Amino acid sequence: MAETTAPAAARPARAAALAPRVKAALVLFVLFALVPPVVIALDDPFLILIATRILAYAIAAMALDLILGYGAMVSFGHAAYLGFGTYAVAILSSYGVSDLLLQMLGAILVSALFALVTGAISLRTRGVYFIMITLAFGQMAFFFFISLSAYGGDDGYGLSQRSTLFGSRVLENDVTLYYVTLAVLVGLFALCHRIVGSRFGRVLTGIRENPVRMEAIGFSPFRYQLTAFVISGCMTSVAGVLLANQAEFVSPAFMSWHRSGELIVMVVLGGIGTLTGAIGGAVAALLLEEVLGMMTEHWRLWFGVFLVLMVLFSPRGITGLVAQLRGRDGA
Amino acid sequence: MSRLEIDHLDKSFGALRVTEDVSLTAEPGEIHAIIGPNGAGKTTLIAQISGQLRPDSGAIRLDGRDITRTSMPERVHLGLARSFQITQTLPGFTVLENAALAVQARHGSSFRFWAPVASEAALNDAAMRALDAAGLADRAGARASALSHGEHRRLELACALATEPGVLLLDEPLAGVGGEDADAFVAALRAMKGRFTMLLIEHDMDAVFRLADRVSVLVYGRIIATGTPAEIRADAQVRAAYLGEEEEDAA
Repeated sequence: MAETTAPAAARPARAAALAPRVKAALVLFVLFALVPPVVIALDDPFLILIATRILAYAIAAMALDLILGYGAMVSFGHAAYLGFGTYAVAILSSYGVSDLLLQMLGAILVSALFALVTGAISLRTRGVYFIMITLAFGQMAFFFFISLSAYGGDDGYGLSQRSTLFGSRVLENDVTLYYVTLAVLVGLFALCHRIVGSRFGRVLTGIRENPVRMEAIGFSPFRYQLTAFVISGCMTSVAGVLLANQAEFVSPAFMSWHRSGELIVMVVLGGIGTLTGAIGGAVAALLLEEVLGMMTEHWRLWFGVFLVLMVLFSPRGITGLVAQLRGRDGA
Repeated sequence: MSRLEIDHLDKSFGALRVTEDVSLTAEPGEIHAIIGPNGAGKTTLIAQISGQLRPDSGAIRLDGRDITRTSMPERVHLGLARSFQITQTLPGFTVLENAALAVQARHGSSFRFWAPVASEAALNDAAMRALDAAGLADRAGARASALSHGEHRRLELACALATEPGVLLLDEPLAGVGGEDADAFVAALRAMKGRFTMLLIEHDMDAVFRLADRVSVLVYGRIIATGTPAEIRADAQVRAAYLGEEEEDAA
């Protein structure tokens, strides 16, 4: 960040403000990398599967944050893309295509098409109507897979094996799957981070700030919003591919509207428009779910209480809380 | 050929005719001011010229090209920029980022996803020039939300300038700006005179008569007179409809 073409005073404050968040993300990634040795020491192999699930959801939440936080598009149908990812694994492997990268490619192609069509229609609307219409499209995808009896319909479909990586079955090892998921998370975080700071990202953020201004200086918001919507959908489907491997099972439950709501909760909990926050939000939400779930079967009630307190006392989520504790403005 | 040509424009909201058979031109390098009492339809007229609103009938031509059905962003690409009466900035962006985004609109593709835009020298330099012309260079690093009212007005102007317009529509750039600020603003506009065509809507009579080459008077959606500042000052109809009213207000 040493480029100084404009006068020092004119250097964008945003670039400087982003740095602590990137640092926070790097700390998180290091902590994630240390999970398997700790889990092996604790001799509880089930924990590694929980951790893999958390990382997969972190990818999905981060992808949602790209449009929700930076583009002000509250998609309430994002679980559909998780579903496309999981079913890409099930359907392609039933046709003998078990390679992880090919399955991801399949998931991305289907998601891009779905996002392009539904996004183009949804973006004709604003605010609560956008939320409703993305929900409706998400439900259409949900019911499509419920009716897909060849893959178990409502009951879901067990995978006979995990995806292969370059012809090898290394992913059958839980720790390898975990590190592959972590690598995808880190890679997509880097990509999102670059997008947010790019020309495209600045236009997207500008549209969030004031669409009228953007039109007045020559930008048609629609094409940028749609592009972001497609990128976000594709990234979410990659999370779905990993999630299917973690669960070794796919079902329409991955794409129910509850799941879409949970993704929004993760983003809000972590702090919208921060990327790092979405990752932290996914970790916090799913860990709370696990911990509260062990203590009481009414864990959702206590999770609700926690969420209310969080939104009331730290509207900027965990990111805002951390910034406050460290005594600096992270906005 | 006129840079901008408004040809028999009509616009109604229900029974209310807000623009009635308006025709006017703006010549290369000219400042053409439109004055009129509140509710005369000035902002509605600007909205139609800039592409925010579509007229019911009539035509708008930019350098001879019919742009009546062209969208607002496309008009900007053809060299028609506007500033807003009610400030429309990007509050979470810095002043420099606001201007740099306006530069970006006219320079290269915005479908670039990797390289950091904050370190694009060409964008930042052009943005600084626009800020400088609007007298806001010293505030380049500040958040737009932290600007004073007068500074917001300057940022409006800077963003319009940053799109490198051939024709600039200024909707009450001096609204709410008083005293020395207003004088400096008028000086900034005067310094730009001749570089492009300006269509200026303004309430401040003093500023209008100091800046404009020609003045059109809009009353109830109709243009009742067009002429040099001296002609407009002397026009009996204008005095009755508008200037007289101002004097009464002042009294």
